[in-house]
Amino acid sequence: MGTNSLYPFTKRGQTMLDSARLSSLPPRPGAGYKPQHYSDIMADPDPVGWLEIHAENYMGDGGRPIAQLRHLAERFPISVHGVGLSIGGEGDLDPEHLARLKHLVGWLNPASFSEHLAWSTHDAHFFNDLLPLPYNPATLHRVASHIDQVQDVLGRQMLLENPSSYLAFADSTMSETDFLRELVTRTGCGLLLDVNNVFVSATNLKTSPKTYIDDFPLEAVGEIHLGGHDEDEDETGAPLLIDSHGKAVVDPVWALLDYTLAKSGPKPLLIEWDNDVPAWPVLADETRRAGRALSLVTA
Amino acid sequence: MTVTQANFTAAMLDPSAAVPKGLQTPSGDIASKRFNVYRNNVAVSLSDALETAFPVIRRLVGDTFFRAMAGVYLRQHPPTSPLMMFYGEDMPAFLAGFEPARSLPYLPDIARIELGLRRAYHAADARPADGQVLGALAPDALMNTRLRIAPAVQTLTSDFPIYSIYRANTAADAPKPVMQAEAVLITRAGFDPDIHLINAAGATCVTALADGQSLGVAIDTAGETLNLAGVLNLLLSQGAVTDIY
Ligand SMILES: [Fe+2]
Repeated sequence: MGTNSLYPFTKRGQTMLDSARLSSLPPRPGAGYKPQHYSDIMADPDPVGWLEIHAENYMGDGGRPIAQLRHLAERFPISVHGVGLSIGGEGDLDPEHLARLKHLVGWLNPASFSEHLAWSTHDAHFFNDLLPLPYNPATLHRVASHIDQVQDVLGRQMLLENPSSYLAFADSTMSETDFLRELVTRTGCGLLLDVNNVFVSATNLKTSPKTYIDDFPLEAVGEIHLGGHDEDEDETGAPLLIDSHGKAVVDPVWALLDYTLAKSGPKPLLIEWDNDVPAWPVLADETRRAGRALSLVTA
Repeated sequence: MTVTQANFTAAMLDPSAAVPKGLQTPSGDIASKRFNVYRNNVAVSLSDALETAFPVIRRLVGDTFFRAMAGVYLRQHPPTSPLMMFYGEDMPAFLAGFEPARSLPYLPDIARIELGLRRAYHAADARPADGQVLGALAPDALMNTRLRIAPAVQTLTSDFPIYSIYRANTAADAPKPVMQAEAVLITRAGFDPDIHLINAAGATCVTALADGQSLGVAIDTAGETLNLAGVLNLLLSQGAVTDIY
């Protein structure tokens, strides 16, 4: 077996990053897997080089979801993307959920595991949304210890994804990029850079998306996400973009991707389309566009 | 000021609550409409999950009623696990006590069917046993035989015609329900769960078998109204028996 399923850093203070171990996903376009696309993907996978699944949808005991995943995993590298760990939560991680994740990652041995810089559970209630947290030394300590715990339980490195922000916290004392960089240093985790989230957050918080990319620790990026967003306004008429994963990626986000890839080199690049999911040819076209963006950069 | 996750959650679930101080727009104002994004995301995603889980309940009460009811349910019973495929476990009890739904007293049992079908969909896989074995047994041996029942199999009994109501709302050619008590058997041959009409004695018999009782004990427990051949044929034809021992 390869070394890629073992995360290389088990102790705090180890800061060396081995980018070869950030994930073993290929630097090709991938698609968020939806069961309605199963036959299309199996019949003609082009242009998709790998697939991403949401961990929680494959935590049943059996049936069609698990059977499909087994078949997909025989043909494609799989990225397991969790949406329910609540790594940014004030409370302890749910040991039952961690155990379910360990079971899934154990039998599937995916090319990558990722989660979000967000919380979704409070007081034993799960809210099915990615909720925000302030960035300061106290939250940094808490998130780092949760990431340590996840990596210890899973026995592998994880990637952490930057969120979409709609508002700011008065008690944030660090920038998001500094916060993420510090997490990488403390835990040895990698990062999942969602370029659409960068664009959404920068628009909503009136900051520069390119500056965010400039400040981002690109050497720690094991995967890039791209998705669509909705457009709204706040009560002052300022633009309020909402991360909906329900439409095509917009041109300014494709441009921000080109800017990012020029600095980072090729990375595994995922199209996320979770709501109002289109027929496979539409998603395949979007994935092809991601492939063209990748072909413009050299390793 | 610090916004705890308890503050955030309480304000998120109560649309009339003030937005916690400390959540700001870029210019430092209170982020009212921005906070509403979270309120909306949570309510819509949980409500959508309930629509996915309970399509027949939704058909029976209509879209508007269902959305309003889901809004009440999701605040009283937020998910207690990140496995959204099982969200709605409290729906039968909720519906039984939900005043606006009192004229439809069969709703809780229909919700139990829909929950049962989802559990069956995600249940562990099982290899069906060869039913021919039963036919080869002498009567005494047959009564001492036990049947292992597949994990997807469930039974439900009701004072209402739940099978007929479920069918009338899911199949084009189903007959109009007649007021009577009905029981259902949920099975999963392959990957798609199905429901079958049985009677209460049949449900008792299957439950006894699933509990590990011998066929003889299961028959006695079920009583005289049991249609044994019917139940056994159904179980075997639906791949619901995984071992005969
Ligand atoms: Fe993402």
